[in-house]
This record gives sequence, C-alpha cells and structure tokens, in this order.
Amino acid sequence: MPDSVRRRNADGAGSLTTTDIAASYKRQFAASRAGLPGAGLRWLNDLRDDAIERFALTGLPTQRLEDWKYTNLTPFAKTQFNLATAAPARIDRERIERFLLRGVPHHQLVFIDGRYDASLSQLGTMPAGLVIRSLAAILDEGGEEFAEHFPRVGVNRDQAFAALNTAFMADGAFIRVGRGVCVEEPIHLLFVTSGATATATQPRIFVIAEAGCALTLLQTYADVGTDETSSLTNAVTEISAAPGAIVRDYKLQREGTGAFHIATTAVRLGSDAVYDSFALAVGARLCRNEIHAVLDGGGIGCRLKGAHLLRGRQHADTTTVIDHARAGSRSEEDYKCVLDDAARSVFQGRIIVRPDAQKTDARQMNRNLLLSRQAQADSKPELRIEADDVKCSHGATIGELDANSVFYLRTRGIDEKAARNLLIEGFIGELVDEVHVGSVQVHLRQAMWSWLSRSRA
Amino acid sequence: MLEIRNLHARVDGKDILRGLTLSVNAGEVHALMGPNGSGKSTLAYLIAGRAGYERTDGEILYQGRDLLAMNVEERAREGVFLGFQYPVEIPGVSALTFLKSSVNAVRKHRGLAEYDAMEFLKVVREKAKQLDMPDGLLQRPVNVGFSGGEKKRHEIFQMALLEPTLALLDETDSGLDIDALRVVASGINRLRDPSRAILVITHYQRLLDYVVPDRIHVMAQGRLVKSGDKTLAAELEKTGYAGLGAAA
Repeated sequence: MPDSVRRRNADGAGSLTTTDIAASYKRQFAASRAGLPGAGLRWLNDLRDDAIERFALTGLPTQRLEDWKYTNLTPFAKTQFNLATAAPARIDRERIERFLLRGVPHHQLVFIDGRYDASLSQLGTMPAGLVIRSLAAILDEGGEEFAEHFPRVGVNRDQAFAALNTAFMADGAFIRVGRGVCVEEPIHLLFVTSGATATATQPRIFVIAEAGCALTLLQTYADVGTDETSSLTNAVTEISAAPGAIVRDYKLQREGTGAFHIATTAVRLGSDAVYDSFALAVGARLCRNEIHAVLDGGGIGCRLKGAHLLRGRQHADTTTVIDHARAGSRSEEDYKCVLDDAARSVFQGRIIVRPDAQKTDARQMNRNLLLSRQAQADSKPELRIEADDVKCSHGATIGELDANSVFYLRTRGIDEKAARNLLIEGFIGELVDEVHVGSVQVHLRQAMWSWLSRSRA
Repeated sequence: MLEIRNLHARVDGKDILRGLTLSVNAGEVHALMGPNGSGKSTLAYLIAGRAGYERTDGEILYQGRDLLAMNVEERAREGVFLGFQYPVEIPGVSALTFLKSSVNAVRKHRGLAEYDAMEFLKVVREKAKQLDMPDGLLQRPVNVGFSGGEKKRHEIFQMALLEPTLALLDETDSGLDIDALRVVASGINRLRDPSRAILVITHYQRLLDYVVPDRIHVMAQGRLVKSGDKTLAAELEKTGYAGLGAAA
C-alpha cells in the first residue's frame, strides 16, 4: 500500500476508511467492468483501468486538501453506493413532466438512473453538422468519435471524482457542433434518479464546439424518489470551444435532500470564444460544483455564474479555477447563495494569470444571504497572478435581508413571508435574468419558486 | 378617519412625541409642518408600523379602530398608505412585479379577485398614462437608479394604484425641482376624494401652493403648537417657525 494512502487513513471517516472505500470501489469495478458500454474496446478498458487505479491511489478527498478544505465527505463515506448502473427503472412520462423544458422547441434527452431513455427523449430540428448522441450508443458502436475527441479537453485525471466517473461512466451525451453551425434549439439533458437507495449515476457529457458555432446546453438533475433517499450523482462535463464558438451552459440541480451531487466541469476555450455558465441548485444534501476553465487564447469571454438556495443541513460547494493562459481575455464570476437554518455554503475561486496572459481582465464576486443565525458561508478567493499588466478584482459579502426593504414591502400590503421571498427572488433573479433563453429562465425560476414556497413564515 | 389622542412615543429610548392630538376627517387634506426634529416623520412611521417606534401613551384610531393593534401589512390592506421620504431600492425585483404583489395582496384582503398578469398590465398602463409615469420605469428594479423625482413619482403612483382611505405623504416634496413638484402635486390632487383623508407632511410651504390643504398644523417638540386654515402657510412664510414659538 503506498504511503500516501496509509497516511490518509488517519482521517478515516466513519465506518469506512478511505482504503475501505478504494477497495470496495475496485471490487465493484472488477465485477461490473465487462458490462459497461464499450467493454470490448481495448483503449477504453485501459482508460477505465487507469482511472480506477488513480482513484484508489488518491482515495476520497479529505479536508486536508486545500481544494476540499471546507467540505467534509464523512457522510458520503458512510454510504455504500452501487457505483455500476443497474438496469434503470421504468418511469412514466407524467412523473418527469414537471422537470421538462417548456415553451420553445428544443432537443430533449432524458436519462433515467443515468441511462438514456429513448422513449422519453426527442430530438428537435437537426441542422447539418450537429451530432447529439447517447454516449453509451457511441461507445457500443466502437466509440470512434469519442476516441477522436476525448483528448481535446481533458479533465484532470488525478481528480478523484472525475477518475471515478471515467472508470464507471455508463452513459451521457456526446454533442458535436460543426464549424459555423448555429444550433437554435436548446439541448436539454434531463437526468432523473428513480429513488432506489444508494443508486449512483455517473453521467459523462462531451461538448465539442467547432469554430464559430453556437449552442445552448441545459442540464437538469432531479429525482422522483422520496426526499430522503440517499443517492449519488457524479457528473463530468467536458467542453471544448474552438475559436469564436459560443457555448451557453446552464444547469439546474433539484435533487432530493438525501442526494450527494458532485459535478466536475472542464472547459477549454480558444480565441474569441464565449462561454457562459449559470448553475442554480436547490437540492441535494451535499452539492459540489467544480469548474475548471482554461482560456487558451485572446478575446475570450468566460462568465461563470451560479446560485444556491439552501436550508436544513444542506451543504453546497462551488469551486472554480479560471486559468488565463494567454493575453487579452476576460473572465467574470458571480456566485450567490441564500442560506436558511443550519445550511452551509462554500465558495472557492482560484484565478490564475500566466506570465503570457497580459491584459487579462478578471472579476470575481461572491455574495451570501444568511436567513438564520446557524447558517454559515465560507468564501475563499485565490488570485495567482504571474503577469504585471492585468486587471483582477474579487469581492465577497455576507449579509442578512435588509429590514428596511422588508418594512417597505409590508407597508404596501405584502405579508412578511412574501416580502422576504420577493427580496430573495430579487437577489437570485438578477443572475437568472442574464440567462439568454427565456424558456430556460422560466425553468430555473420555477425551481426557485418551489424552494421559496417551502420557506418559513 | 384618523384620530390621534394625546400620543406619546419614543424612538431608541428617546421621547419624541409628547402629547400629540390631531384628527383628520374623510374628504380633508391636512398639512403637518414643523422644523426638523419636531416629530413629523416619527408620527408617519408610527402610523405605518415601523419597528423601534414605540407608543408610550395615548392612542391612534383609524376608522374608529385601534390602529397600533394591527400589523404593518394589515394597516396597508385596510387602506393606510405611507409615501416614504426615502423610498427603498430593491435590486432584482421589477417595479411591475412589486406593484402586482402589492395590489393583489390588498385586493385579496378586500375580497376582490386578484389580477392576472395581463389584467394587471392593463390597469398599470392606464394609471401610468393618467399620472404621466414613464412605462420604462416599471420594467426596472424598484427604485434602483431612479432619480429623486422618479422615486417620489413612483410613490404617488403606488398610492394611486392602491387607492388608500388614509394617505400620509412624508416630505414627498423634498428634493424635487419645480416640474417634478407639479407632477407630484397633481397626482395628490387627483386623489382628493370625499371618502379619503390625506395628511401631507412637509417642511416647506411651497408644496402647499399646489396642494391647497383644508387645515394646516404646526408641530414642535412632539406636539401641535398651532392649527389653522390655509392662510397659516402664508403667515409661516413671513414669520418662520420661530414666530410661532415653534423653534426647534
């Protein structure tokens, strides 16, 4: 056993130590390997074998790691997840109806327990040069397109959860948009967990945006189980945007409060590309959104935005790394969090400006609204600047609802709960308003209203 | 409509109102004047129900009922309106959304059907036209980036939509240029009605050139020191508050 693993055992959390987990996950991998999509592909097998070994070596991240300083995975370590996707449950259309995107024509891909469900899915108008496929289908056919594009983004292979996803990935989406193609209709990927205890889904999403193309992606994560069901979503999204491509990447996470939701996004942007992301999360017991963006050119606009609405004992962690590798690009971050009860939020934003990246303009903002004395928000900016002619700013605020504003609304006949909700909606709504597609705004606002309707008087 | 009897009140442990007695009948417009610190705004906030404003003696009757026994939103729904001296900015909430929540809360309380989005838009457009309220203002977040004049016009606009039975306007004229003052005054005059009582709180008499009150009261050190008809304004103009023994 390598030293590093033995040392981490000292942190050993709960009933399962990191080595127990590594061993258990390896056993599960060995047992399920032959049944994974693309099992006959040698290069893919090698990739999966390599990934599980890397995971075994690092184990589950502990709070000793700077990147996981504020997020404790002990509760996670206490659950034995079934990592390999079993046969997915059958779910009727009406049970997922409320998670669907409405209002405009769009491409709809539905995944039940991590597996593509063709009967619930429907592609819209397909312009020439657009490919939208289930990942499992591509891998089962030989995976050539996947193999060709896989190295283009490259999520960090030593990241524990990304490695775990690579080992077990069973399905997801492969999206490729050809040069100059503008995809008008949003692409909605809906992931629904059926609610069996200890289910794990590990979707993998690839977006290959060729030069000058445009697309809008929406991912929704939801479940139809009871609220307390313990499940795991470990999603990895890899996006490659060639020069001049415009990628809008929206996400809604509304899983039950028993869920663990870990999402890792790796983005590589070429010159003059635009990457716009917004993630709204109202669900999960523990949610981690980790985004790594490499700005590999000039004239890039990279905007990372997001909002969490949390209550009870929910914990949400947003960790971003923006790597300005070349001169003359802009990045902008704005993350907001509303915390009630004993909820906790974490924001860690690292901005790296490489020596070549002169004239970088990077702005970062993190704002938190605490509705209760027990709620806690941790905010950690980290600027690593190796160039001398740059503009970088960061700010963080933690505050309460403004009593003056609540009073003003009440003098207009609005009761206290509605007044507070209106102010919360305004706080988060500012970011939702920036989402470019009206129907996606409504999709996000509905989840927000549903959260607000359950708030205390 | 409004009966204030021997009202004593304190703010942050400091006595501000010391035996104020005042009554305003339906159909009347009264002006409450007085130097800074005389307790005018304290009275307005006490009537609206702001936290930290504590009645220590006396009573406020609204339509014969104990006003201070009602919570803030109840007072509003029962027809009490306070136009703020400093309207609050609410980022992220469009004025339209805010107004719809407000109007519907009041309508619901009065047993009227709530407006849906389309109906409300129609009502708002019509009122906006009457009051010369630019449409674009209502798409913007409440009071955010509004000029001083726009904020006050927005207050008057809210009053027009809510159709209160008792309206208090706290220094609605402060900081307005002459054109904005005219617009605000005409908005107030439009709401004069036999069923409505209006109390205009002002530091200066110039608003009263446009909104001619039925009665004028001068306040000093937490109580009324003089009341009279509209000619009192002219007298005050000449002598100042000091002339009335009302220096702060």
